[in-house]
Amino acid sequence: MTDAEIEALLLSLRIALVAVAGALPFAVAIAWLLARTRFPGRVLLDGLVHLPLVLPPVVMGYLLLVSLGTNAPVGGWLLETFGIRFVFSWTGAALAAAIISFPFQVRAIRLAMEAIDPGLDAAARTLGAGPLDRFFSITLPLALPGIIAGAITAFAASLGEFGAIITFVSNIPGETRTLPLAIYTAIQSPGGEAAAARLAGLAIALALVGLILSEAAARRVRSLSGS
Amino acid sequence: MSLDIAICHDLGDFQVNASFGVDEPGITALFGPSGAGKSTIIAAMAGLVAPDSGHVRIDGETLFDSASGTNVAAERRQIGYVFQESRLFPHMDVRRNLNFGARRASGRSAAIGFDPLVELLGIGHLLQRKPVNLSGGERQRVALGRAVLAAPRLLLLDEPLAALDQSRRQEIMRMLEQLRDVAGIPMVYVSHALDEVTRLADHMVVLDHGTVAASDTVYAVTSRIDLFPLTGRFEAGSVLPGRIVEHDVKHHLSAVEISAGRLWVPRIDRPEGAQVRIRVRARDVMLATAPPADISANNIVAGSISAIRRDDGAYLDVRVACGVDHLIARITHRSLARLGLSEGQPVHAVIKSVTVERDGGRGSGHTSASVQKRVPE
Repeated sequence: MTDAEIEALLLSLRIALVAVAGALPFAVAIAWLLARTRFPGRVLLDGLVHLPLVLPPVVMGYLLLVSLGTNAPVGGWLLETFGIRFVFSWTGAALAAAIISFPFQVRAIRLAMEAIDPGLDAAARTLGAGPLDRFFSITLPLALPGIIAGAITAFAASLGEFGAIITFVSNIPGETRTLPLAIYTAIQSPGGEAAAARLAGLAIALALVGLILSEAAARRVRSLSGS
Repeated sequence: MSLDIAICHDLGDFQVNASFGVDEPGITALFGPSGAGKSTIIAAMAGLVAPDSGHVRIDGETLFDSASGTNVAAERRQIGYVFQESRLFPHMDVRRNLNFGARRASGRSAAIGFDPLVELLGIGHLLQRKPVNLSGGERQRVALGRAVLAAPRLLLLDEPLAALDQSRRQEIMRMLEQLRDVAGIPMVYVSHALDEVTRLADHMVVLDHGTVAASDTVYAVTSRIDLFPLTGRFEAGSVLPGRIVEHDVKHHLSAVEISAGRLWVPRIDRPEGAQVRIRVRARDVMLATAPPADISANNIVAGSISAIRRDDGAYLDVRVACGVDHLIARITHRSLARLGLSEGQPVHAVIKSVTVERDGGRGSGHTSASVQKRVPE
């Protein structure tokens, strides 16, 4: 593999890792809201979270560009106040990947939380545990397999994200050229077939590992919720 | 310790409207058929359900009062709860489950320490196991231990034996008796099984369709015939306090003195003077107008008819005052007419079978299994 290909691989891994880790606390919070509470606007929140699943990724990238571009209101404010710039930067790619893979995380965590017997929460109350205590001692540990499964699936989805990233942060070698973008570039270049094949093989291997890991985590969820 | 409970709660298909007070709960049984509102009442006592109106006061402290808007959170009520389906935390081993409440008891110490409790419940060999690897009886013992170690001032038990087989039930009832004697924790025990209630309870609250039909000592409630069929159809009978006064080693018998006289029962392995509680089922009592001679039954006590509850079927219940206690006899309408029985009439009760329930005294440190004693004839 060439240095550029290794660079694309490492960049992809870094972007996916940051995307998943950054989104995780929000995913846990929203999954908990959807699984365990009833409030007005819950259906709207549910729809909003799942929007990236049904929206073309290019549209997602376009929406990010028009809201977070340096000339856009939010993007301009972020740049002026904090010096944060998402466009044409790997952090922007991570943000796009995080939003696209967010529903996968929320879904897995929510399912795991819904599988927890609410009676356990009542039992913990009679043993003197307050709301925060119960979240950290009962809900979170029991949802852990779901959190792991969700994170792995989201990680795989982040690795594969193409449309939102290329639209939002473009295709800059070493900055935003992730594995899928590198494959696309190789296919577009004359004589790039061998490179494309190598990268595609790499992507397949990564996907398989992700699948196996998430399957193992899902089995753990079932064995725990069955007890 | 006193309980002052009044709960109105609409459950959609029926309403709970129950109030009762107990000055010295010891073990108080909430007794009634499924759907009588028992679980709703203890869930409200624990703070897991906020009733539509009413109040929950324990030892004079108001935990819930709809009039003043008081509603102390369940986690701050210091009321233990043993659920029917144990509800152990599946991700924690037995030791961590046991310590869950203890670590949150904020300085209060349980009435019994970790090690003696583990020994009493016989769960020492299970401490490293996960709940999924425990049997039903083991789970309930751990759940009981977990609740006790949280140092509750009152322990609520919601049909804790309902999912267990007969031998496991006996085992856990024995442990509950030991806990009562050793730790002295007041308990409210929900059950629809009469044998559990007559063995364990001191006070009995009978619930019927969400309302309180009776609230009194077990002796008083079981000697009433107007509660039929709430206190049992087949199993109906009175519970009486008694004392072992003599052992007949040669014939393997023991004599139990009740207020009306002496009953001979198969040998009870307890010293003379020990308090016991006996139960005599209505269908095991025959009545005679003259003292029966030439009869194999050993146990005949004299009394007088204090009430008759007529029924549509073949049978009716006759309440017989014997000493300061009461026996109930279930006889046919035909027998009543044949003997010309009426209220106030002196009769002789022939007792065919007696169940020795337990030691009647509290805190004696002794326990006994509930044994059906066929009375020797």
